[in-house]
Amino acid sequence: MTETNAPSYNYTVVRQFAVMTVIWGIVGMAVGVLLAAQLLFPELNFDTPWLTYSRIRPLHTNAVIFAFGGCALMCTSLYVVQRTCQTPLFSNFLAGFVFWGWQLVILLAAISLPLGYTSSKEYAELEWPIDILIALVWVAYAIVFFGTIMKRKSPHIYVANWFYGAFILTVAILHIVNSAAIPLSWTKSYSVYAGAVDAMVQWWYGHNAVGFFLTAGFLGMMYYYVPKQAGRPVYSYRLSIVHFWALIAIYMWAGPHHLHYTALPDWAQSLGMIMSLILLAPSWGGMINGIMTLSGAWHKLRTDPILKFLIVSLSFYGMSTFEGPMMAIKTVNALSHYTEWTIGHVHSGALGWVAFVSIGAMYYMLPRMFGQKEMYSIKLINWHFWIATVGVVLYIAAMWIAGVMEGLMWRSFNDDGTLAYTFVQTVEMKKPYYAIRLVGGALFLSGMFIMAYNMFKTMAAPKRATVDKAAPAVA
Amino acid sequence: MSNFWSWWIIIITAIIIVGSFVVLHLTRKMEDNGEETTGHVYDGIEEYNNPLPKWWLNLFYITLVFSMGYLFLYPGLGSYKGYFNWSQESNWEEEVAEAEKVYGPVFAQYQDTPIKELIKDENAMDIGRRIFLNVCAACHGSDASGAPGFPNLTDNDWLYGGTPEKIVETLVNGRQGAMMAFGEQLNEEQISQLTSYVVSLSGMTAPEKEIAAGEKLFAANCVACHGADAKGNQMIGAPNLTDNIWLYSRSRKVIARTIRNGRNGNMPAHKEILGDAKLHLVAAYVYSLSNKK
Repeated sequence: MTETNAPSYNYTVVRQFAVMTVIWGIVGMAVGVLLAAQLLFPELNFDTPWLTYSRIRPLHTNAVIFAFGGCALMCTSLYVVQRTCQTPLFSNFLAGFVFWGWQLVILLAAISLPLGYTSSKEYAELEWPIDILIALVWVAYAIVFFGTIMKRKSPHIYVANWFYGAFILTVAILHIVNSAAIPLSWTKSYSVYAGAVDAMVQWWYGHNAVGFFLTAGFLGMMYYYVPKQAGRPVYSYRLSIVHFWALIAIYMWAGPHHLHYTALPDWAQSLGMIMSLILLAPSWGGMINGIMTLSGAWHKLRTDPILKFLIVSLSFYGMSTFEGPMMAIKTVNALSHYTEWTIGHVHSGALGWVAFVSIGAMYYMLPRMFGQKEMYSIKLINWHFWIATVGVVLYIAAMWIAGVMEGLMWRSFNDDGTLAYTFVQTVEMKKPYYAIRLVGGALFLSGMFIMAYNMFKTMAAPKRATVDKAAPAVA
Repeated sequence: MSNFWSWWIIIITAIIIVGSFVVLHLTRKMEDNGEETTGHVYDGIEEYNNPLPKWWLNLFYITLVFSMGYLFLYPGLGSYKGYFNWSQESNWEEEVAEAEKVYGPVFAQYQDTPIKELIKDENAMDIGRRIFLNVCAACHGSDASGAPGFPNLTDNDWLYGGTPEKIVETLVNGRQGAMMAFGEQLNEEQISQLTSYVVSLSGMTAPEKEIAAGEKLFAANCVACHGADAKGNQMIGAPNLTDNIWLYSRSRKVIARTIRNGRNGNMPAHKEILGDAKLHLVAAYVYSLSNKK
């Protein structure tokens, strides 16, 4: 492809987001490791309110989802939309506003959550002034993204952009509807919804944060970086159409499975369950399209650690999108709900899928963004891959075992109908698995430090060429 | 649910399920143009147009058919109750009734045995302990030795009395232990003096001058509940202050805080939670903890 006016591609914002992805990844995961350690050694809150588990747990989730994941999505979407539409961003000013605005949101979250300001809605804890800032930044992001698509030079819109587009649109709606609140002061507000309706709105938001932020968005990423890195055509265009529409139509309905056996009406629980089940095939459509893209190039997996990250991410994606529908079945949920199994499930998706695909994409981007042919050290990417893989496996295996045992203990009875185990006995049983989880999490975090080192070395290396904006990327 | 909303739910659900069938059917019929790509090129990326994998299609169909079956049998389609007429409330009620049938007699067999007799029955005490672990341990601890604000039940020191009748009374109705706050009436110096007197009652050391001043404050403010001899009053749950057993803490700081801010202890009523038979057993177990057979 030749691109004569190529220098006008906006790589500044992409570069900024790429660096912050790695940095926020380290911050968010470090808080996660501290939390895992606190579950083993509660005194690690150092008797300060600001390091209390209940305050930094939302800090961890917000940092990894919205800071790490958000920066990765914004970085790659703004890159991919320019490259595949063959046109520079719609507005460089707005793109800059998106970057700095988003960093400000993250900073405000990092201050307000440890201070104890919270709306108490899971994954939407930030108070209303920050929510308004998020909405503004998001609208600007949408204008930049869709504006760029509008002025595209290619006749069609590439599949990656469908997914990014669905993610941007839906997250805007989810955020605005769920965060609707009546302010009491600058730091306190009450949700406009009450009771079971509030719970339903919250989990409609909560599960679609998984569905559109952590799935659709990252599928967009997958659809660009996997064929690029593999140097192969996408496996099936029609599969991408079917699974895209099925995925976005059905994900919207899955939220009630978070509220099985609660005050939510039976009909809503049933629909949440069956829609989650139907979601299995559409979810797997993306995995098939990604993994099969590699058919004919399997040998590349042996030598290319970036491709390893991408393909393993798809395996974890397939695994957790199988596990999810199973856990949404009411009888399975009766065992799994409120146990560590849920934590294991979330992290097989969050670490195995989201983090792996982002890391793979960043290793692809970083040298291109900093005028290098490749990363400073391929060997270190390989190290990162293996350390992270061992970390995820330890983490999720520990949580599966702990969760299933916990669920079974909660439901076992004595001959007289009393519960066989007290709560503290289940905590005692989980202790060794908490230790294994801590090791797994710490391994994953150390992989991120290796990545940061590799990144800074790549940035500091003498430029081999000015950033080649025109030539097709070398796989 | 109004008819409108019921149909709203039914129609949208039908659109999703039928729509999935239609999309799959149409896509399956698309021609297979083999190894050729679609002709689109995006930043060097091309696309094949392979047919949908058979096993994947079948997986999709299976989940759709299962869902239709499920929605026929269970509530889901608006106000349609489902073929089984299942609801989580009736499901719960049935299970509780069934458990009552199986386990009810296990507990009921001990109901007429007086508590003082019952503590000699090892089986009954095992059951009582298990009920205690399920229901009471969250506050009083697995070994019943309590926690700050939650009385130790093993030391034969009682806020409201330790006879079987009193323990049953505590369980049936719960207790509301309130000590008023003195932070408004007393200044910090006086609170410190009063604290010194209170700790001296159980033999801890404190400045003599403060103790003397504190004694006068005690007589003026505290005797109504704790008694002139500071031995408390079980009628109203006022603790004995002379026995060196502390509900909150023995530290001066905490005692001063209690005087300043008052206290509000709450033991919930358990009549509804446990029912008479289980309540009788757990009362006997608690009694047994400080009255070994």
